[in-house]
Amino acid sequence: MNRLAVLLERLAYEPRRNAKVALIARYFKDTPDPERGHALAALTGSLSFREAKPALIRKLISERTDPVLFALSYDYVGDLSETVALLWPSSATSDQTPISLTEVVTTLATAKRANVEALLAGWLDRLDEKGRFALLKLITGGLRVGISSRLALTALATLGEQDVDTLAEVLLGQEPPYEAVFAFAEGRRPRPEAALQAVFLPPMLAHGLEEPDHALITPVAFAAEWKWDGIRVQVSVAGGNQRLYSRTGDDISTAFPDLANLSKQDAILDGELLVLRDGEVMPFADLQQRLNRKSVTPKLMAEFPVHIRAYDLLRLNGNDLRGLSTLERRQRLEDWMAMHPDPRLSLSPLVPFENFEALAMIRSDPARIGVDPDTVEGLMLKRLDSPYLAGRPKGHWFKWKRDPRVIDAVLMYAQRGHGKRSSFYSDFTFGVWRDGAAGPELTPVGKAYFGFTDAELLELDKYVRRNTIDRHGPVRVVRATQSEGLVLEIAFEGLNRSTRHKSGVAMRFPRISRIRWDKPSADADVLATLQAMLPSAADVSG
Amino acid sequence: MSGRNLLTLRPEGLYCPDGDFFIDPLRPVERALITHGHADHARPGHGRVLATQETLDIMAVRYGEGFTGARQPVELGNSLTIGDVTVSFHPAGHVLGSAQIAIERKGFRIVISGDYKRVADPTCRGFEPVPCQIFVTEATFGLPIFRHPDAGAEVAKLIASRNLFPDRAHLVGAYALGKAQRVVALLRQQGYDRPIYLHGANERLMRHYAEQGIDLGELRPARAALKPDLKGEIIIAPPSALSDLWSRRLPDPVTCFASGWMQTRARARQKGVELPLIISDHADWPDLCRTIKDTGCEEVWVTHGQEEALVHWAGQKGLAAQPLNLIGYGDDGEAEPELFAEAAP
Repeated sequence: MNRLAVLLERLAYEPRRNAKVALIARYFKDTPDPERGHALAALTGSLSFREAKPALIRKLISERTDPVLFALSYDYVGDLSETVALLWPSSATSDQTPISLTEVVTTLATAKRANVEALLAGWLDRLDEKGRFALLKLITGGLRVGISSRLALTALATLGEQDVDTLAEVLLGQEPPYEAVFAFAEGRRPRPEAALQAVFLPPMLAHGLEEPDHALITPVAFAAEWKWDGIRVQVSVAGGNQRLYSRTGDDISTAFPDLANLSKQDAILDGELLVLRDGEVMPFADLQQRLNRKSVTPKLMAEFPVHIRAYDLLRLNGNDLRGLSTLERRQRLEDWMAMHPDPRLSLSPLVPFENFEALAMIRSDPARIGVDPDTVEGLMLKRLDSPYLAGRPKGHWFKWKRDPRVIDAVLMYAQRGHGKRSSFYSDFTFGVWRDGAAGPELTPVGKAYFGFTDAELLELDKYVRRNTIDRHGPVRVVRATQSEGLVLEIAFEGLNRSTRHKSGVAMRFPRISRIRWDKPSADADVLATLQAMLPSAADVSG
Repeated sequence: MSGRNLLTLRPEGLYCPDGDFFIDPLRPVERALITHGHADHARPGHGRVLATQETLDIMAVRYGEGFTGARQPVELGNSLTIGDVTVSFHPAGHVLGSAQIAIERKGFRIVISGDYKRVADPTCRGFEPVPCQIFVTEATFGLPIFRHPDAGAEVAKLIASRNLFPDRAHLVGAYALGKAQRVVALLRQQGYDRPIYLHGANERLMRHYAEQGIDLGELRPARAALKPDLKGEIIIAPPSALSDLWSRRLPDPVTCFASGWMQTRARARQKGVELPLIISDHADWPDLCRTIKDTGCEEVWVTHGQEEALVHWAGQKGLAAQPLNLIGYGDDGEAEPELFAEAAP
């Protein structure tokens, strides 16, 4: 537990991906089974045991500390688990044997509810501060390390010769503490045979379409589909058990009980999760109401009905279809869909085209063929003879997004970045003009931290340092008036109404497309311009 | 109680009317007694300064020889008479030369702790409790959440990280007076024998410590090193340099910060620190409580820091206690505007 606690602490402070992988890999090398397997499950969020409520933690600490001192401390620290970890009295217990995560997991798996309190107190007595913090976070379900399954698997892959995708497949057929998986990763044992499981298969990803690729795109070689503005998901069914996975392999089934039992047959579908009302796809903002939730209310399910638009079939009745061509898989998918009608499921239609120019026209104006432009990000182009390849292989799938929308905004605030960029002001808040009591005033409309080159970042950083007029903690306020200020051309993918932002609008994927050193700040855009780009009220409220 | 008017609060700082002197005054005064060399306690421009020889030397290094009209070195433990009172200096264990100041008249003694810590520090003399009626204590880390871990183990974390990332520099933010030298000395105690590189702002005081006979091993100026040469090396810099333009000269640095403030995660994260090292030159909560008991005082005055919790605790123990709202002291006492502003909530 202590070693895991130290790892979690390092990961929480470490912004660099490669460094995170190195830290996890070091832990896997230094830690025996089954401890490291449980740790892997903890990192990927697949650890499950009886959780304790914050009320229990409060009770435990109130029995051990002065209430005034606890209140002052909690006020200062701001996080219950951390306050308790810091305040917990130095152990009076003589029992200093180390606690393993394995002990915690296995004990809690069979513990009666009434015993959890005593168990927890006993462990807290035996752990140090970091250990207590890790245990409290684990046991209240509040452990957020910011580690994707993929990242943890990348670390696992460094133990031997296996690649990440193979390990991802193997892992999902197994249960913690994954001893067979570690043995396989280290080359000590052959690939473990799993019964057919509702596994996640690493998805095939697309490259952005670039100018030199244009000539490749002919109706003979490629199929075109809409790139729906939802989130990529995988429906995986095996042995009557269905799981819904996000693009990174996280199991999100419990947040979408309204998508249960999509198929009786064993199958793995690749598709887009969308909100649909009366057969119409709703903008991304609606789907957002359903994301990042652990559970969901009936009201929310009724208000934001979810739907899967399928575009690929990866496995059917135990047969791996990924080796087949796009064309063949598409045929299987269409057949399967025809035999399994379900209102929660639809086929992502192909977009027929005669040549590249015609396709470009369709892409720039989806409404011309009856598709609401607010529901698609652009087109997906898939080579008809390509197998389904994990990762982002070159030359097979392309995404061809619509030209982004662009506005001119004025730089208002800047903050330092993280990791490599921690010495640079690289997070920029920008605003547009609106009428204020004393004439035009800026209202912030978004934040961008990419889109510029390293050389441009140096210039921006210098500009921020020279034009700071005030500071609020880590935030620098940059000079921005009608006569002085830096204009940034901001590109973004879509615009939603927002109650969280003062301006009432929220951008999707804003980035700095150009720095307009030349443009007077008074000539930047006004809020009304942005408001005119909003989807109409009827579209949003449905 | 006859002793209460031994010490009063004036805009310039703590004042002893019977001796006509100030302790750690914030503005230039005729006669100042200085506990230690941190910039918020030791300011230039006084008419006469009484302090330990080490503190006087440190002030001269920082401000130049003309930092005061007259200097008067005081031996630790020796008594001297100023006006109607007897004054003595006692080790505080905070930084080189740091002292507590005791003021006595007719058997009544008041002790001003200055900044202090109780744990061993290879770079300065250890704290000695002085029996008194009134104890004026600092409270920088005056909350029970502050229990500083063993500093040697913290430094061992730094060495382990350096071994895990041999291609990266480890940039350690540490205040130029006291903390920087202690981190270096701790590294040496842990057996780290590579050269340690210094930011320019840390060079003078580091050299000064070495001249006092404190073993700091091989030190090199970072400015003289080429970027690739700093791979796998430890560089000590003032905290302000951590996210400064200066750090760009280092190869993919791991940002570390040696401070008692690193005990809470939000604080460490706010600073963009990747490896927090909880190393403090102040007493933590158990040591603050222990020290109050050790002095056997009847009354506690609590200054700069988290006064409220310590006043509450002392009240629970049956001691008279009050906060003394001294403004202008903070953190580890270095002039670090950005860190400073957030240091004392």
